[in-house]
Order: sequence, then C-alpha cells, then structure tokens
Amino acid sequence: MPRFIDVETLRPAPGRINWFKYSSPQTFFPLAGAAVPWFAAAAAVLCAVGLYIGFFVAPTDQQQGEAYRIIFIHVPAAWMSMFIYLVMAFWAGVGLVLNTRLSGMMASALAPTGALFTFIALWTGALWGKPTWGTWWVWDARLTSELILLFLYFGFMALTAAIDDPRRADRAAALFALVGVVNIPIIYFSVQWWNTLHQGASVSLTRAPTMAATMLAGMIVMALAFWMYSIAAAFARARCIILERERNSDWVAQYIEASK
Amino acid sequence: MNWESLEAFIAMGGYGLYVWGSYAVTFALVALEVVLLVLRGRGIVAQLARIGAPRRRS
Repeated sequence: MPRFIDVETLRPAPGRINWFKYSSPQTFFPLAGAAVPWFAAAAAVLCAVGLYIGFFVAPTDQQQGEAYRIIFIHVPAAWMSMFIYLVMAFWAGVGLVLNTRLSGMMASALAPTGALFTFIALWTGALWGKPTWGTWWVWDARLTSELILLFLYFGFMALTAAIDDPRRADRAAALFALVGVVNIPIIYFSVQWWNTLHQGASVSLTRAPTMAATMLAGMIVMALAFWMYSIAAAFARARCIILERERNSDWVAQYIEASK
Repeated sequence: MNWESLEAFIAMGGYGLYVWGSYAVTFALVALEVVLLVLRGRGIVAQLARIGAPRRRS
C-alpha cells in the first residue's frame, strides 16, 4: 500500500520533536491500515485458544454445572464495555483540550464497538441469570448501571449524528462522554456498595482471584482476544471516518486514485 | 477432554440453550459488525472514486 505522507508539511524545526506528527489523520491513516490485520489476527488466535481452554480444559463447575461457561464471554465483554468507554472519554477529552480532529474521530470510532460489548454483556448476563438466578432481568445495581452505560453509548452516537458540523458534533459528544465517565466506577463498585443480586468481583486488582486456574486462564485469554478485536474494529472504523471527513483533501484523492 | 460425545457437548449439561444462545448471539453480532465495517469502507472508497477529483477550494 503506497504511503501518502507529505513529509514536507510534517518536518518540525530542527532539534524539536513534532508531537503532533501522528495526530494528523493523513499520517495516522496508513498506520491504522497496517495495524488492523495484525490486531484482527491476534484476536482470532487468542479467541480460538480461549474457547479451547474454556470448553475443553476448564472443568465442570461443581455448583453451576456447565452454565458457568458463559463467563468466557460475559466477563470479557463487560470489562471491554467499561474499558472502551474510558478510552472513548479519554480521546474525547484530548480532542476538547488539544482541538485535534483525529481525537474526535477516534472517540466516534470506538462508540459502536463499546455499545456492542455492553449489549453482549447484558445479553449473556441475562442468559446466565435465567438458569442460575431464575430470572432474565432484575433491577440490580450492577445490571442497571450497565444498562445505563448502553444508553450512554447510544446517546454519544446519537448526539454525534445529530449535529451536522463534525467538529461541533465532536465537542458536544465529548462533553457528553466526559459527564458519563462517572458511571464506570459506579458499575465496577456497584456490587460492593449496594451488594444486590450480582456476585462480587472474583478477579480484582487488589487480591488473588478466587477462581480455578484454568477457568481464569480461559477468561483472561478471551478478554485479550476481545481487546485485540476492539482495537482492530476501532482502527478500521477510524479509517472510514477519516476518509468521510477528509474527502476534499488532496491526499484522499491520491489514495482513491491509487486504489482504483 | 470434558465431553464424551458431540451430543453431550451440544447439550452442555442441560444448559445448552443458555450457553449456545449466548455464544451464538455474541459471534453473530461481532460478525455483523465486521461485515458492516467492510461495507462502509468499500462504500466510501467507491463513492469518492465516483465523485472524482475534489472540488478546488480557493
């Protein structure tokens, strides 16, 4: 893939680092393009390994039987739903502070994938809750705050789409995302603060996980797979957004010409 | 190897509906997102190719 970086415009004064070199969409576009296949491949490999561990290595749970195997997608999806929101809010904040176009594009690129993982966490949680709790849904602190997270993602996407000028849309949605960040610690600590139906954290940063080694391994590998997938999806969507928003620039014309 | 037979694997200890319902929807949605992304990528390139050279700004 030919590189379309106009180095002349990017060369900083001698001796000074151009911190903004990779914040220009034109420079980021080929980098993301080169990275997507690698992250996608890593996701596929990790997912295969994780599923193998989850179904063929991890034993049957003495209490829940086989139902617990939903954990291998439920927990990674829930982690990713929170993590992606934080990364999205980070780029939204950077976009507000530094007024860099690419930051807002990256935030918009992350939102759909974050919403997807939030829905997956809610869906797999409901299917796990039915046999073990006896109900698809309960207005539990953890479940309710995760549902609010889903609405925050939809709100972010709706607000971005509602404003014609992309730069104004990014600023408005960035403010919205930053206000919504408070929901993430609420989700994480909801099981301790309110201690309603959802069980507490088996894996936490402070103490050793209270899980069997193979079950934990399967879950961690799947979490890494979902993480690699999220990066690949966000970079691919960011490239689409870049082409859509920079459609009138010369380097896009060159890129389109070259890809004919 | 936990499973005696394919049937046991599919039955998933009687929880087959829930486990496979979770996995099927998850991977279906992920596949859908990948397809939508590929279509969006091709769509924008095709559209820009049709439009041709960008309008000359002053």
